[in-house]
Amino acid sequence: MAERTAAERVALARHPDRPGTPEFIGTLFTDFFEQRGDRLCGDDRAILGGAALFHGRPVTVLGTRKGRAIEERVACRFGMPSPEGYRKVQRLVRQAEKFRRPVIAFVDTAGAYPGREAEEHGQGEAIASTLALMSGLTVPVVSVFTGEGGSGGALALGVANRVLMLENAVYSVLSPEGFAAILWKDAARAEEACEVMKLTAADLLELKAADEVLPEPPGGAHTDPAALMATVDAALVRSLAALSRTAPAALAAQRYRRFRALGAAAVRKERA
Amino acid sequence: MSGILARRRQKLLALKALRTAPAPAETETCPACGAGLPRREWVRSLSVCPRCGFHRPVGAYYRLSMVLDRGTFRELDAELCSADPLDFPGYRDKLAQARRRTGMGEGVVTALGRIGGRRAAVGALESGFFMGSMSAALGEKVTRLVERAEKDRLPLILFSASGGARMQEGILSLMQMAKTAAAVERFSRKGGLYISVLTHPTTGGVTASFASLGDILLAEPGALIGFAGPRVIEQTIGEKLPEGFQRAEYLLEHGFLDAVVPRAQLRETLIRLLALHGKGAASHG
Ligand SMILES: [Zn+2]
Repeated sequence: MAERTAAERVALARHPDRPGTPEFIGTLFTDFFEQRGDRLCGDDRAILGGAALFHGRPVTVLGTRKGRAIEERVACRFGMPSPEGYRKVQRLVRQAEKFRRPVIAFVDTAGAYPGREAEEHGQGEAIASTLALMSGLTVPVVSVFTGEGGSGGALALGVANRVLMLENAVYSVLSPEGFAAILWKDAARAEEACEVMKLTAADLLELKAADEVLPEPPGGAHTDPAALMATVDAALVRSLAALSRTAPAALAAQRYRRFRALGAAAVRKERA
Repeated sequence: MSGILARRRQKLLALKALRTAPAPAETETCPACGAGLPRREWVRSLSVCPRCGFHRPVGAYYRLSMVLDRGTFRELDAELCSADPLDFPGYRDKLAQARRRTGMGEGVVTALGRIGGRRAAVGALESGFFMGSMSAALGEKVTRLVERAEKDRLPLILFSASGGARMQEGILSLMQMAKTAAAVERFSRKGGLYISVLTHPTTGGVTASFASLGDILLAEPGALIGFAGPRVIEQTIGEKLPEGFQRAEYLLEHGFLDAVVPRAQLRETLIRLLALHGKGAASHG
């Protein structure tokens, strides 16, 4: 079978029938209790999260939600979280730490919502403080990139001990359209951008931004959801088993080292 | 410290500050009000327009020379620069150009120095170098500065100015947000004082990481500060943004800054803040 191009993978990652966070939570977890609200001013529907059981063990599970029907998609801002969403994430992971529950995050977002209110409510601060908080958590954190992973809005849910990516998921500093628009002043060159951006799961694995690539059914995740769920389930069991043996302080230290090392090879020394 | 050494350091910093300053001209026009003013007047006013108060962006070395005690600047990691990790078409040439133009290795200057006699770890982003965008080298230099501040128990002061991500470094640019935020978080948990000064413009990944994580957040008047750029927002919501949107004063009103501080008062404000944190600012751990 011919290798897919990066642009083909972007299309698969955005496929409307691709399983999203609600499907992963509904299939892989039991007794999910959704926890809504940031306890400050709102509830962002673009973030779905709460407590649940994973193979009988209490966990905190959360993720971005794109929505299915058009009303739901609009309510979820097509999966782009607002500051209220990131602050809900913070509330949930603090609880996870309090009750010593591992955190499992599913990421599928084009990025944080670029809106007027989002800025007025401190989108930058919300993402920054989520990154900071996640970096120091003393419980295991596993993030699964299931579709689109766009910019800081995705990274906020990706400061994990282990980052897993589905085979056709993508993860990048910006959408290919935005990238082409900024760098070449031409959003129509998005397909070309896909190829130079190094945004596929295989690229991310090589750059060490991802730790493991999970194979999808031949036609993509949406063509055989049951097979996909079994793969993700097994990978989560494996990851959590390894992390459960790590001491709390060592979990934070390992996460720090993981991100501390990123980009080390991208730096050289030269006298200016 | 010997007086000769201090004088030499001061001279070096002044030279570097000149190198990154815009080309000298007899008169320079204020981009905000259009007033043409003699160059020496701009210098005297720290590049703030005496007519309208517009704060012109300044280079990183010049920025540090404005706040540090004379002769105390000791640069760190000056030799660190980007290695074009993705082998991105055309990037190497652009980097070489930026280096030649600014005389800098990367878009941030980090240093140890003294402010009002107190030792501090300081850094300033350079908007003239790829718009201060976040590269792996920039993230590395910031992270090393934070770790140095933690190790030496120094207060940390960072001046941000950034257009966001370094597109040519893709995901590695993005990862610097997590890396720098994690370093600041560690520093903070050990009790370190971090003063973040947001200058025009600070957007994207820098806003959404270390720049927003200060114990104290200051900004210069009129500075544009945000996560998404105003044009992207206007395209998304399909309406014009209000006057002053994402400006320092607007952020102050919305609760995201401690204070807006004119450039001429910045040094004395920092001295006051360092004193207010007393020993705590320098003896955490
Ligand atoms: Zn003016």
